[in-house]
Amino acid sequence: MAGRVVVTVPESAKRGAVIEIRTLAGHVMENGFRRTERGVLIPRDIISRFVCTYNGVEVFSAELHPAMAANPLITFTTVATESGTLEFKWTGDNGYAVTESAKISVA
Amino acid sequence: MRKTVGGAQVRNGKVKLDLPPLIDNGNTVPLSVSVDSPMTAADHVTAIHVFTERNPQPYVMSAHLGPRAGRARISTRIRIADTGRVIAIAQLSDGSYWSDTVSVVVTLSACLEDGLI
Amino acid sequence: MRVALAALAFLLLSAEIPLADRRSGYEFMGRETRAMQDDDATNPALLWVLDGEALFKGNCSGCHADLKGVAARYPKAGVSLDQQINRCLKTKPFPYESRELLALTVYVAKQSRGMPIEMEWNETNRPFLEAGKAFFNRRQGQLNLACAQCHDDNWGKQLSGSTIPQAHPTGYPIYRLEWQGMGSLQRRFRNCLIGVRAEPYPYGAKELVELEMFLMWRARGMKVETPAVRP
Repeated sequence: MAGRVVVTVPESAKRGAVIEIRTLAGHVMENGFRRTERGVLIPRDIISRFVCTYNGVEVFSAELHPAMAANPLITFTTVATESGTLEFKWTGDNGYAVTESAKISVA
Repeated sequence: MRKTVGGAQVRNGKVKLDLPPLIDNGNTVPLSVSVDSPMTAADHVTAIHVFTERNPQPYVMSAHLGPRAGRARISTRIRIADTGRVIAIAQLSDGSYWSDTVSVVVTLSACLEDGLI
Repeated sequence: MRVALAALAFLLLSAEIPLADRRSGYEFMGRETRAMQDDDATNPALLWVLDGEALFKGNCSGCHADLKGVAARYPKAGVSLDQQINRCLKTKPFPYESRELLALTVYVAKQSRGMPIEMEWNETNRPFLEAGKAFFNRRQGQLNLACAQCHDDNWGKQLSGSTIPQAHPTGYPIYRLEWQGMGSLQRRFRNCLIGVRAEPYPYGAKELVELEMFLMWRARGMKVETPAVRP
């Protein structure tokens, strides 16, 4: 339940085609600026980094700041170079670390 | 923004920042940035940075790309606290910086919870 | 006297939205928010739908192959869908608005997506629908407003920068941008009640279930669009 992520990657692609990858991570992205009814500051708790590797090679990464919306969506593209595995890693405050992977077949 | 870009000149162009001009809710605003670039080894976008003018702090996201991206295009959803400008800056492999700016109007939802769930 | 009464009756009746003019809240949103709802892969509710699928496999698929069409017909006889889910779970019900209950409810309701809402004004439903209708039309709260005044009489107009929708329950549970998460129709009711400074009835209160039933009747024939995204 906690740390739910979803990645949408095409199952197969032509070599050299540019594919779109859509990722969603379930996370409150508490920005650290909100206060409770009593005025107590709610501490920051966000995903701060996202990395995508393709057969071990980093092809995309991002630093995220509190201004990212909750349940962050990150959509990006990559060239389908070879068959293999795409790995996704999200890391953030309070030891948050979630990975997901998807296989792609490239012909 | 100066911290990210340093002393380099930021020119308007090549970058297209897409977001709704009138925003349903500032908590979650869909945003896309695309950069006109061949994304070859010789000529590509290395980073896309997004900033807001009126949030408590200006940084939103920095994305790192390279020739393996194929296209310089990212989509995400951001928070915008108040009516103002959103800026996207693209860093190119030749060291140049390009940007696009969009002004948005943020409205408040009616019928809030006032902290109650 | 009779003419005055007839005129008054006409005025009361004419407040209801004609069936052909009914529009989902979807149509009052910006293009980009609608796109968020339309793309299953990026609709944030997907995170809850997947959790719901896992919970369904663990708790429900023993008896239920699927629950297509069920959400289009609830609440039934004064019991809302999430209450029914908890009844099925028997000894281990989930709290209202818990992640688990929302996940299960959205997973079940999504199976009715595209199907028309069915709610009949028959003898079984009548007491609930009459109570719900009275609630919908009754002025409440410090602001002394009735639901009908915004949602029947002034839909399409602006209220502090937002467009007033017709208030149809076609997409619930929804991902509300304001909540930055999923929530039930009853949570939305409570927001409105707080908005007019009226009593926010507790989750599962019969007033809220009756109101749900009335809104479903009011939206009869409209298509289920769960999971919806709303501002």
